[in-house]
Amino acid sequence: MTTDPNLDSPRTAVSNPPVQPMQANLGPGDVVRASATPDLPPPTRELTPVAKLIDVSKCIGCKACQSACAEWNDTYPEIEQNVGLYENPHDLTPDMFTLMRFSEYENPQTGDFEWLIRKDGCMHCADPGCLKACPAPGAIVQYSNGIVDFIHENCIGCGYCVTGCPFNIPRISQKTHVSYKCTLCSDRVAVGQGPACAKACPTQAIVFGTKEDMLAHAEARVDDLKSRGYDNAGIYDPQGVGGTHVFYVLHHADQPSLYSDLPEEPRISPVVEGWKGVTKTLGLAAIGAAAIGSVLHGLMTRANKVSTEDETHAEQLVEGREPPVPPGREVL
Amino acid sequence: MAKRMFSEAGDHIESRRPVTVSRYRGITRLNHWVTAASLIALLLSGLALFHPSLYFLTGLFGGGQMTRWLHPFVGVLLFFSFLLLFLQMWRLNLPRPEDRTWVSHIGEVVRGEEEKLPELGKYNAGQKFVFWAMSVLIVVLIVSGVMIWQEYFPHLVSIAVRRWAVLVHAVAAVAIILTFILHVYAAIWTRGTIRAMTRGTVTGGWAWRHHRKWLREVAGREGGGPAE
Amino acid sequence: MTNSWTDIKNTDLVVVMGGNAAEAHPCGFKWVTEAKANRGARLIVVDPRFTRTASVADYYAPIRPGSDIAFLMGLINWMIQNDKVQWDYVKAFTNAAFIVKDEFGWSDGLFTGYDPEKRDYDKSSWDYVIGEDGFAQVDMTLEHPRCVWNLLREHVSRYTPELVEQVCGTPSDRFLKIAEMIGECSAPDKTMTSMYALGWTQHAKGSQNIRGMAMLQLILGNIGVRGGGMNALRGHSNIQGLTDIGLMSNLIPGYLNIPTEKEPDWQTYMSSRSFTPLRPGQTSYWQNYPKFMVSFMKAMWGDAAKAENDWAYHYLPKLDVPTYDILRMFELMDAGQVNIYFCQGFNPLLSFPNRAKLTSALSKLKLLVVMDPLATETAHFWENHGEHNDVDTASIQTEVLELPSSCFAEDDGALVNSGRWLQWHWSAATPPGQARHDTWIMAQIFLRVKKLYQDEGGVFPDPILNLTWDYADPDEPTPEELAKELNGRALEDVRDPADPAKVLTAKGKQLLNFSQYRDDGTTMGACWIYSGCWNEDGNNMARRDNADPDETGAYPNWTFSWPLNRRILYNRASADLQGQPWDPSRKLLEWDGEKWTGYDVPDIAPTAKPGDVGPFIMNQEGVSRLFSRGMMRDGPFPTHMEPFESPLANVFNPQMRGNPVARVFVGDAEQFATSEEFPIAATSYRLTEHFHYWTKHNRINAALQPEFFVEISEELAAEKGIRRGGWVRVWSKRGEVKAKALVTGRLKPMQCGDKLVHVIGIPLHWGFMGAARKGFGPNSLTPFVGDANVETPEFKAFLVNIEPATGEAVS
Repeated sequence: MTTDPNLDSPRTAVSNPPVQPMQANLGPGDVVRASATPDLPPPTRELTPVAKLIDVSKCIGCKACQSACAEWNDTYPEIEQNVGLYENPHDLTPDMFTLMRFSEYENPQTGDFEWLIRKDGCMHCADPGCLKACPAPGAIVQYSNGIVDFIHENCIGCGYCVTGCPFNIPRISQKTHVSYKCTLCSDRVAVGQGPACAKACPTQAIVFGTKEDMLAHAEARVDDLKSRGYDNAGIYDPQGVGGTHVFYVLHHADQPSLYSDLPEEPRISPVVEGWKGVTKTLGLAAIGAAAIGSVLHGLMTRANKVSTEDETHAEQLVEGREPPVPPGREVL
Repeated sequence: MAKRMFSEAGDHIESRRPVTVSRYRGITRLNHWVTAASLIALLLSGLALFHPSLYFLTGLFGGGQMTRWLHPFVGVLLFFSFLLLFLQMWRLNLPRPEDRTWVSHIGEVVRGEEEKLPELGKYNAGQKFVFWAMSVLIVVLIVSGVMIWQEYFPHLVSIAVRRWAVLVHAVAAVAIILTFILHVYAAIWTRGTIRAMTRGTVTGGWAWRHHRKWLREVAGREGGGPAE
Repeated sequence: MTNSWTDIKNTDLVVVMGGNAAEAHPCGFKWVTEAKANRGARLIVVDPRFTRTASVADYYAPIRPGSDIAFLMGLINWMIQNDKVQWDYVKAFTNAAFIVKDEFGWSDGLFTGYDPEKRDYDKSSWDYVIGEDGFAQVDMTLEHPRCVWNLLREHVSRYTPELVEQVCGTPSDRFLKIAEMIGECSAPDKTMTSMYALGWTQHAKGSQNIRGMAMLQLILGNIGVRGGGMNALRGHSNIQGLTDIGLMSNLIPGYLNIPTEKEPDWQTYMSSRSFTPLRPGQTSYWQNYPKFMVSFMKAMWGDAAKAENDWAYHYLPKLDVPTYDILRMFELMDAGQVNIYFCQGFNPLLSFPNRAKLTSALSKLKLLVVMDPLATETAHFWENHGEHNDVDTASIQTEVLELPSSCFAEDDGALVNSGRWLQWHWSAATPPGQARHDTWIMAQIFLRVKKLYQDEGGVFPDPILNLTWDYADPDEPTPEELAKELNGRALEDVRDPADPAKVLTAKGKQLLNFSQYRDDGTTMGACWIYSGCWNEDGNNMARRDNADPDETGAYPNWTFSWPLNRRILYNRASADLQGQPWDPSRKLLEWDGEKWTGYDVPDIAPTAKPGDVGPFIMNQEGVSRLFSRGMMRDGPFPTHMEPFESPLANVFNPQMRGNPVARVFVGDAEQFATSEEFPIAATSYRLTEHFHYWTKHNRINAALQPEFFVEISEELAAEKGIRRGGWVRVWSKRGEVKAKALVTGRLKPMQCGDKLVHVIGIPLHWGFMGAARKGFGPNSLTPFVGDANVETPEFKAFLVNIEPATGEAVS
């Protein structure tokens, strides 16, 4: 399968990409949602939704994806220490957008030992919590092909995306104070190439194409796994976040948490929803109401003014002459 | 030494004809205005990040990155600045029985009819409310704020706690803004109040009208007033 | 590889044993995932550790390091006991029916003819009974008690599942499940592929490990067929090329031999290389040896090599020992018998055993020349790096010259992959700084040495002065020129032997392939097996046509596969005696009544009738060898041998240590430990994040696995009080290392009889140069002994001890 330059996005990362320079085809006109931008103009066209499928049953944990990711994005992950684990770096970092996570599992049903390896990284949610939480206009955008991208020049480094994300993905750089995560190689996809990780994956555990094609491929993979005795094999495309444009085939789809704590039923936290929803609206309304109320009160009622009588009484008091106590007022 | 139940040691009669009463020392006024300025800066920068329609306010601070950087530092300044104020004012802001009466006549207060209100010390219940609301909210804001201070405390709390922290921070911020509006408006509406924080003095009439017990105590301390 | 990487997609069952393909060959491993995804193939992994390959396997079984032969012989025994044998294949294509001499036998772990003094066998009894007609005697009914099949049946009968469990520590239910899965592949329409690597070769009996699996594959009828084969996964992108081109002290390119001092003249040398067929009508292709040899001599010395002087045979060195392998070189070096050592493109200070000995040896050189693109530990062996290289620099007098050379991406040329594909590549960058191509460096050295001989003369200047050096730029032969020389050229018109009037290749033209090599001096060619790589069609290695008719995985027009662009060796064996494919759905070749047709270049002559000529044309028998005669030093059948350092005594002969015929130098024998002193078995390997010692110099690879660690089981950690991520000290009788502890459930203690064997894993990569954190390598610990046949060091099974350590390593 070769990429037709006329297609709006590549259909595979495996085939040879176009070698002729291509006009970048992911532009402002393809943005369907942008952070803190309620009045976004409608997109000029609809792109075909794309997806990256990660088939953990084919993944050998070689970290070629990590390497390709760092190479393509020109990041420099730290040379850390060994802490007795295979995860290196030990977590996602602003310089490492994707990470192989390894978990050891003694399967009680089969008695077999399993080493479950999962490539972690941004899931590109259809309903992105990061975008919802972000206060900076246009710092996080979603394209009509499903890619959720961080526009770093608009990012203010506040970390709200961290609270918004149900998958614990964004990382704020302590050097640049900007948030980083997998871009689904939007810059490659824009010119007809698949993501660097998918390109580098030796076993095609990572494949890329239209969401529709990837779902069909995933179904076939699930059938293969079922034929190998993984009765609970399935697709992890969580609907709680509207489905994702990076999704998994799992041997144990009934227990996603086996895979280094993949969330069982991810969704944007109700706390974040409350914060970005009702609090934002009601809060601003209350502030507005108070301000307006004050002004109205000021206009409609007389100001509380000190009278000359008050001044006289004060003078009397200071001079030691007790002024008359008005009726109804007690001295306590 | 006369008792100080309703006044501070520094409160005194500044002049007698007309009467002016010193209400706040210079240092207290400075403290107040630093606090006020911090709060305003926080309010503007915070609102900028609170609602997209107000994001333009980041322009006041040199853009989004600067706003994000500045806001928590100003928050820390506010906290300590207010802490000094608190230490100066907390005693006279303790509730007293007359506060209850004052609150029960809140309708008259709002209409500016003070005839039936009890005589009050240095602060009325409304001012006390502002004081305590500010105190509590500032603590809530500083604690929740530190929890979400990405630059220095990115791993202080779990993400789940952090989610609550942003929510609490936002709600507390709305509350403190409402309190702030109340405070400012009351100061403006109650004419003669603002000079207490600008010049440090109020007129005798103002004191007579609003804080008569305070006036009595200050005047009495200076030998002018009748013993109670 | 008998097959190719791409052919693995055709298999039904992948057995990864003696290797860790996903870890060490992740790109090639894609063909396993292809087979799994598209054919429903199953994957079995047998390894001491639950590896990355095991993580995607259908079935895994643990095995104690160094006990593979017992496992494999156990499998063969199970196949025979359960009649999981592809009988037609075994009878027609193996030497099962050949009658063996009566004197041959086996007892107490040893074959007949063992001489403990010489540590060697008298192999005269290990051979067929030769009839009066000069041919080996056979009994096609397999009833003769002395036929290979019956001898094999008896030999493997000792390897019961119980014995396998006792020796290998593999639970017998796991062993039996694997035997069943493998047994299914005895059906003609089921194939299994064996993927192995250094997990089998790096043992003192490494060659026999591989023999064991090859025999199993023959019994199942899996050699020469699509999706079958013995597939050695080479550890470097061009290590296959290194072997082909004969970069060993005893080889000439194309697997010809350097003469020994027992072969002082051409006639003696050739007399033992007649390779007359042992069965009627067989090809015995090595009968062409003189053509390959003469063409090689012509390539080397041109006109100076002529019939009258026996093709300048006297120019060739004559070996006084079997090989000057690297172990022997370092032994000699350590004995002060080497003055100058050229070290080109490898890093022996980390990649050969017993680092203390290597350092001592290098310190005794007068001159060490290192040609490498990277600053290697070897070149800096004299630098003190604290505990990571604690040498007394002042006491080392070796002069070291570093000649920076280019990387693979900085020059043109062919890399030969595991599947024997010569893949031409083009430079992507120019070498940085003072780095130069290896060819330039070698040319400069040669030209200067030649000038010295010209100016000053010498004892024997002829081989240097007469060496052919007709390159356009003598200072730097180009890869194209060298490739053409490997292919061979007609020095006179090459004529068709059947029709001398017909000129096949005119004088001066590139030869079509090695069928045009001549032994009369009219052709030259430096590496016969590569012939065809650059003929008059041009550079066939540069072909990039990825068309694959009928998706057989052959990709016939993609680069060039030696020999003759053949993609699957012994492919005649893919069809039955009538020439019909064993599995019609996986046709490779087919006899159409007149000739062989199909998807590959046939091994045998295209018109050789199916019943007449056997597929194993390189063997004098025409068939493959279940019984390898005297070809291997340590026995015609594999027999279980323990590692030299083993937690267990040999179950057949408790007195026998290691491989009884492996070469052991006196000083090294004293450094072998017993399990009383060092109770823990250890094995070594590399990690997928790294490429040997090179990627230490690459920040990203260093970041992906930054620091030296050892892998230990939770049980051993608990026993020794070792915590995850803590420091440990690991020591053997030869040295010690300090590492982080990676405590894992992927390694488990193994119950071998009444002994519980703990195994620890020690990855390689770290040293004291480059971007990665400083660390150690397993070679600080491993014994200085190699395989009895090819001297590959025993890196995969040795003994150590371990304890928690404290404090930070100096870094």
